[in-house]
Amino acid sequence: MSEATDVPKEIMVRGFRLMVLGRTADERGVNLQRQGRIGFYVPMNGQEAAQVGCGLALEEKDWIVPAYREIGVALSRGIPLKTLFDQFYGNSSDVLKGRQMPCHYGYRDYRYVTASSPVGTQIILAAGLAQASVYRGEKVVSVPFFGDGATSSSDFHAGMNFAGVYNLPVLFFCQNNGWAISLPREKQTRSSSLAEKAEAYGFRGVQVDGNDFSAVYKVVRDARAQALAGKGPTLIEAVTFRMGPHSTSDDPTRYRKQETVASWKAKDPIEHLREQLLAKGWITEEGIEQVQEEAKREVQSAIDAAEKAPPPEPTTLFDDVFRDRPKLLEEQRSEFMELLKEGVLRP
Amino acid sequence: MTDITLIQGVNQALKVAMAKDPDVVVLGEDVGVNGGVFRATDGLYKEFGEKRVLDTPLSENGIIGMAIGMALQGLKPVAEIQFMDFIYPAFDQIVSEAAKFRYRSGGEFPAHVVIRTPYGGGIKGGLYHSQSTEQLFTSTPGLKVVIPSTPADAKGLLLSAIFDEDPVIFLEPKRIYRTSTGEVPEGDVRVPFGKARTVKEGADVSVFAYGAMVPQSLQAANVVEKMGIHAEVIDLRTLVPLDVDAIVASVEKTGRAVIVHEAPKFSGFGAELSATISERCLYSLKAPVLRVTGYDTPFPYALENLYLPSVDRIARGIERTASTS
Amino acid sequence: MAEGSDGPLPLPYSESELQDALGSEWKALLTQGYRWMLFGRLMDNRFLGLQRQGRIGFYGPATGHEALNVGCALALAPEDWVFPGLREQLLALVRGMNLQGYVHHLFGDGMDPSLGRQMPCHPTAASVGYVSMASTVGTQIVQAAGSGYAQALRGKGGITVAFFGDGATSTSDFHAGMNMASVFNCPVLFICANNQWAISVPVSKQTAVTELAKKAKAYGMPGERIDGTDFVRVLSTLRSARKQLSAGKGPVMVEAVVYRMNPHSSSDDPTRYLPPGYLREARAHDPLARLEALGDRLGLLTPEEKERMRKEIEDEFRKAIAEAEVAPPPSPDSLFRDTLKESVWPLTEERDTFDRDQGGHFP
Repeated sequence: MSEATDVPKEIMVRGFRLMVLGRTADERGVNLQRQGRIGFYVPMNGQEAAQVGCGLALEEKDWIVPAYREIGVALSRGIPLKTLFDQFYGNSSDVLKGRQMPCHYGYRDYRYVTASSPVGTQIILAAGLAQASVYRGEKVVSVPFFGDGATSSSDFHAGMNFAGVYNLPVLFFCQNNGWAISLPREKQTRSSSLAEKAEAYGFRGVQVDGNDFSAVYKVVRDARAQALAGKGPTLIEAVTFRMGPHSTSDDPTRYRKQETVASWKAKDPIEHLREQLLAKGWITEEGIEQVQEEAKREVQSAIDAAEKAPPPEPTTLFDDVFRDRPKLLEEQRSEFMELLKEGVLRP
Repeated sequence: MTDITLIQGVNQALKVAMAKDPDVVVLGEDVGVNGGVFRATDGLYKEFGEKRVLDTPLSENGIIGMAIGMALQGLKPVAEIQFMDFIYPAFDQIVSEAAKFRYRSGGEFPAHVVIRTPYGGGIKGGLYHSQSTEQLFTSTPGLKVVIPSTPADAKGLLLSAIFDEDPVIFLEPKRIYRTSTGEVPEGDVRVPFGKARTVKEGADVSVFAYGAMVPQSLQAANVVEKMGIHAEVIDLRTLVPLDVDAIVASVEKTGRAVIVHEAPKFSGFGAELSATISERCLYSLKAPVLRVTGYDTPFPYALENLYLPSVDRIARGIERTASTS
Repeated sequence: MAEGSDGPLPLPYSESELQDALGSEWKALLTQGYRWMLFGRLMDNRFLGLQRQGRIGFYGPATGHEALNVGCALALAPEDWVFPGLREQLLALVRGMNLQGYVHHLFGDGMDPSLGRQMPCHPTAASVGYVSMASTVGTQIVQAAGSGYAQALRGKGGITVAFFGDGATSTSDFHAGMNMASVFNCPVLFICANNQWAISVPVSKQTAVTELAKKAKAYGMPGERIDGTDFVRVLSTLRSARKQLSAGKGPVMVEAVVYRMNPHSSSDDPTRYLPPGYLREARAHDPLARLEALGDRLGLLTPEEKERMRKEIEDEFRKAIAEAEVAPPPSPDSLFRDTLKESVWPLTEERDTFDRDQGGHFP
């Protein structure tokens, strides 16, 4: 699709629905943590347009290589809410078997790679995935998601450089949300934009308003088309703002002013899209209310289901270290089971 | 003196050192304005300013590499790595550079950096906010490895680390950052390296632990006490240098040894302790040396409590060792 | 140096241009530069030969990099520090590193300041601000940022120079070092000696950007690409860069394009990968021949003076080598020193056991 084309109605409306769903799930996620019902949460509040705009611009077979703040992308990919909330609860239904902190999920079926907590390590993985796709002749792109802070990491440097050298179909999607925990973007690096870092690696960098759904969508569609035409990677800097804390363990009042946050409140991405849709007559006030109600219901039912599931079976602790358990680990597992039986260990 | 927490001990040590010596600088992610994600550096930025308390970009190799360069110029940098799990991008700087500078330059360029990092499990941190990988550093000659378990040790050992002349990996057991409390002497009072601390005396079994496993082991010793087993609990405090004399003296007395750590068993620091005990105390041993450790799996999230050595599991280990004849 | 019709590319500076670029003492600088570049060239020939004869274990030649090394050394002040890559030993010698000590280092004998602990060409020279290097590529770049930060914090002047090759621009410590130095406004001069080859990998496969100096922009830092085989250009560029750094204007990156006229190291066989034509191009950029031609055109040195210089230099090497060849190996005791300031158990015990097994001679 070319730059000039408008984003179709169907995509815009779907985008709105997903953004509302994302924010609803996100707000509940934070509350569940505050109530002690889940252990941790990483909110993305404020970044809905960047995430859903990018998510919907990708195709089903494209590889998503996320960090831990991408619920909007996950929902755009079609990952069910229940699957996500099972992960937040780390219960027996969790595909990841309760092994990771909340928000560090990933699902092979959705080509959505599991996230880790170290910042930036996923960026170079995307280059590897893309190299494999090219080798196999698959017409797909790989998309690492990362923040402004990750541009300082060593794997950003390696990922960008490798993708440039091998001319890989990678869309480096940087959500510049202004803050790496307490460090503001301007103290992260002296470059005038993050997008221009691409020049150091010999490929395109584009800065886009990350709170404008259709702008993000179009930039990603365009970069994707170029990548698949053999024109190499693009670094996309989506400028947005982290409205909430870095995570539920963070207190942003220690390092940033309320006025800054308020000024971004006025640029709320959902509000922005809502107004566009109303202006075009693509949605009604009643329709919006319905979207919001549906989102609440869907989230509630995912939570209800996740809360009912028991914790993972204790012995799953010893699974998946290797494909098969080596002898010493098998021994540890037997001892462990014995201690469980004797009540020395209590799940 | 009033009781303070372990993390306040860390904070006090930094304040004392920075007030005393203008060459002491602190750097790391979120250590300045935010005072550190655990608040270990709280107040430093305000008191000592941004020239001496650097909020760095997100780059661990950058933080440690910067610190080494500062140290070569004679500053005394104290770098913070936000979680030990995030230290690996800096592994090259630590093991190839900091650990080898003095040796490779014939003593001309010592690289005295202190690398503080919270480590260990027990806070529901999953795979990447929980690990104990002290053995990666204890097996690298040229590094000192220090792990406090009380506020007084946190302060006294950190002060020793800052005014030491070698690179020091200073591992802070974040699980007991706020639960370990106690009195701490005012001012620049240092705890020397290489001196283990006897937490509880006992004649039947020696229990060697460090970090968050010290209070756990003490509790376990109290549990077995009720069964008539008198365990001696020793806090190693510094893994390098190691107080081998204290270890030998205790095992020669009790003839039995239990080693407790959070790290996985295989190739863990307990293996070194066990080998040392068997090399030096074999004829005093009345039972095999036993290790109570994390399992040989990555660190789990939901099942964390089953993974970490619990009081009961340690108590069972002590009991088993005491009853072997 | 040049064979057949391959003459060196001329350095077409007029006397007034030289005056502008280097100031009134330009003649003395050119003579001094020539002498040191000749020194470097003869040193490489001599020691690569010694390695081939099995008399030293390894050698990393810097033939082709002489103008950069000497030009940089002459642009710096005594209080400056240098974090070298693999090919900056000549720079240290120009700054005053003791030649005899360096030759002891190449032999790895007991008089080596680093006590024979490192491979040859990894010297340490604290007295001239030349930092001991590791063999890992790029690690020094971020350390230089810290060094520069400390110099600025202390406010006693001095800048730090980080040297590295084209390959090192791909390392994580390049990325961190450039970013940190820029964010904290450190007085660091980043010099990329782009000799176009990282062992067998050409710079075109190292990164998709055509000019390495452009990488500076990613860090909000000025970057300049220069001909690193042009002594005049190197010296004038680095002098003005140093001035800017001293004024607290933040770090600068200079990409100096040079040619690696010898193998990567004595362990490397470049005939396996160098394309035809590279060496011809390299010879045209021979920095020594280019400066010599300029000097000849300006009548700086007579053939007799040049010959005398060569002889003096060869004599220095002969004397230093003779002394090193009779120096004792490092004492076994030195194996156990300097791991930590004060040795700790178990090393103390390992030392005692070693000594006992050897008959008990340690002090």
